Amino acid sequence: MPINIKDLPKEKFVLPGDAACPGCPENMGLRFVGMALGDKAILVIPAGCTSIIQGLAPGSGLKFPILNVPFASSDSVAAGLSSAKKILGEDAVVVVWAGDGGTADIGFATLSGAAERNDDIIHICVDNEAYMNTGIQRSSQTPLGAWTTTTWSGKKERKKDLPLIMLMHRVPYVATASVAYPIDFIEKLRKASTMKGFKYIHLHAPCPVGWRFDPSLTVFMARLAVETGMWILFEAEGGRVNISPPSKPYADKNRRKPIREYLAMQGRFRDITEDIIKELEKQVEDNWSLLLRLTT
Amino acid sequence: MRSQPKKLLRRWSVLSSELMWPLAKPAIGVSGKTGTWRLQRPVFDSSKCIKCRLCWLYCPDSTIDINEEGANFITINYDYCKGCGICSNVCPAKAITMYPEE
Amino acid sequence: MVLKTLTGNYAVATAVKLARVKVVSAYPITPQTTIVEKLSEMIESGELEADMIRVESEHSALAAVYGAASGGVRVFTATSSHGLLYMHEMLWWVAGSRIPVVMAVVTRTIGPPWNIWTDHSDIMDQRDTGWLIAFAENNQEALDETIKLFRITEDERVFLPGMVTLDAFILSHTTEPVNVPDQNIVDAFLPPRKQPYVFRAGEPIVMGNIPKDLKWNMMMREDIHRAMERAKKVVEEADYLWEKLVGRRYGGLTECYRCEDAKHFMVGVGAWVGDMREAVDRLRERFGLKVGLVKIRYFRPFPREDMIKWLNNAMSVVVFDRSVSPSIGGPLYLEVLASMTSAGVRAPVKNVIAGLAGVDVTYEDLTNVMLASVSEVEELGTFKQSTLWFYGGE
Repeated sequence: MPINIKDLPKEKFVLPGDAACPGCPENMGLRFVGMALGDKAILVIPAGCTSIIQGLAPGSGLKFPILNVPFASSDSVAAGLSSAKKILGEDAVVVVWAGDGGTADIGFATLSGAAERNDDIIHICVDNEAYMNTGIQRSSQTPLGAWTTTTWSGKKERKKDLPLIMLMHRVPYVATASVAYPIDFIEKLRKASTMKGFKYIHLHAPCPVGWRFDPSLTVFMARLAVETGMWILFEAEGGRVNISPPSKPYADKNRRKPIREYLAMQGRFRDITEDIIKELEKQVEDNWSLLLRLTT
Repeated sequence: MRSQPKKLLRRWSVLSSELMWPLAKPAIGVSGKTGTWRLQRPVFDSSKCIKCRLCWLYCPDSTIDINEEGANFITINYDYCKGCGICSNVCPAKAITMYPEE
Repeated sequence: MVLKTLTGNYAVATAVKLARVKVVSAYPITPQTTIVEKLSEMIESGELEADMIRVESEHSALAAVYGAASGGVRVFTATSSHGLLYMHEMLWWVAGSRIPVVMAVVTRTIGPPWNIWTDHSDIMDQRDTGWLIAFAENNQEALDETIKLFRITEDERVFLPGMVTLDAFILSHTTEPVNVPDQNIVDAFLPPRKQPYVFRAGEPIVMGNIPKDLKWNMMMREDIHRAMERAKKVVEEADYLWEKLVGRRYGGLTECYRCEDAKHFMVGVGAWVGDMREAVDRLRERFGLKVGLVKIRYFRPFPREDMIKWLNNAMSVVVFDRSVSPSIGGPLYLEVLASMTSAGVRAPVKNVIAGLAGVDVTYEDLTNVMLASVSEVEELGTFKQSTLWFYGGE
């Protein structure tokens, strides 16, 4: 039974006047985390945009309890914190809120270790597809062909498939989500919070500044990613993969919008070549067919 | 030599020992009045509003509030609205229009 | 109280058990490994009621115990050498967060080349991190000081993390008779854990976001410095209380062995202090030289006042360093010299750099070095060379 928008809590966990850029998908995502988990969450946040979004101490623009931590440590810190809360008999949902850098690159070892140990935490990767906080440098999550300040002629490597990697860690819950589909994200987060063990949610977060599009289009861009098939919404409980309702139509490749539409709207793909577009189209098709084969 | 630290202590009127931990508490407007960042401002036309709540849902900055009763279903907090335009973009009824900020 | 033969590592593991630690996380590295293995065994058998997080690296080990400590429980980790260096970033973070954590470091040299034997390079590299640093001379002290550190670090005058060190293989893997205190003694000695703040759901505090006022940040750094100074008294109090409970006295931040009428002094930290005691006895009994030994127990906080007290009327001081800061000398030498100079204490000070990379230094070596030093300074009134790289066994 999908949650009704009317029933979403109004309590603000992202407070007006924080330091996020206008149109920031991380700010949006954090609001959804607040709606999903409320007072139960303790966030562990490694270096990234959200470190800055909190604003300047002694004030914080976010109303969660937040433990800011060094870049490569987040899941380990969260594992320890989760253990302490259990030992003390205190209820809490310990959530790592990490960017793509803090999850897939510098944070990869701590992520994989915690997943392999099945530590009782939720890891949300808020993926804006580059090291945005330090000024738009490429990450393993940057798509093929995208401009960044360290890939001026476009990234030569493909996006590292983190959700599938986490699936292969055989953890209780793996899901992808998008800021364009908040109810889907909130449901997934609430479901994860009722489960024991390591839960992973990969949140697609289009960044107006880094991807070069107007800040009013954040939600539009996130939706278009799903509609072109470039981003697939799914969840896997105990390894059983299910395509999420918003992505279901796009299992049929004839219903996917052309990825050119998506690419054309983002300045980071301005100089992209035909070859790369063909390669990206092939990747979309391959990703879909691999995922469909994994579904039950 | 310790005069500046003492001034800081007085300004925040906290116990000096508490002051020494790198802690912060939630506060509205940590970046000041972010409404001054705006290049454009959202203007709400209540007559078109269908009360779908999408603007409230998507506003990244929690600057749209819902009034369940009353003439205007939403109010926009212009002190902090950064003028991103997402509310206008997601509104299915075109009830929010972006105008250039003076 | 039970007398057991324990290696240094097992002595530390026993102390951790007695301290009722709740979360342990460590990554194996020779020669710390047997601490972790023993704790693992104790946890799985139920002898120690704790959670063990079997992390994939040292950086994660300290991160995990830091997370648990921030959540309000007593924790422990251990490492050596490269592992300590790998978690260096986390050391700063833990101290800056003012969260009490206790760690054991089995001191081991740093590569390349690969080398598992002892020196003090790894620990000296951490001296600015804000952690208390205590050196054990023997396995008994390793056990005792580990327990004491829980009390000292959790004291509200301190609220800083602390490390106890033991030399690779010399202490870690060598069995010695150790008095193991009863659980009820340790329970009386260690009050319930205190810390400046605890993370709980529903209590929105934020740790570590950017400060608006940089001077506030600097004040926090100053507070760490002051807390470290306040720790001197806390260390002495803990020592005094421990002596009342178990009858073993250590002397606080330093111990001065046969100093009452000494004219020439040896200064050192770690296991070879035991050999220095032998050397002092020899120099006195066989050679009639009035030599004393200043054993530095706590390197952080640095016992500046004790240095001034013990060395005030020294005719010469020889500081033995088991590590070196290239081009300037051993860290112990630099800090002893700075302490003396800051109080106008004048005496020739010689830096002997020895035992690096695990090179064995015997009490005969130490005796010979002192014989040469004492005769040099008595003849010339000074040391011709302030630094001697000593390889021993000549």
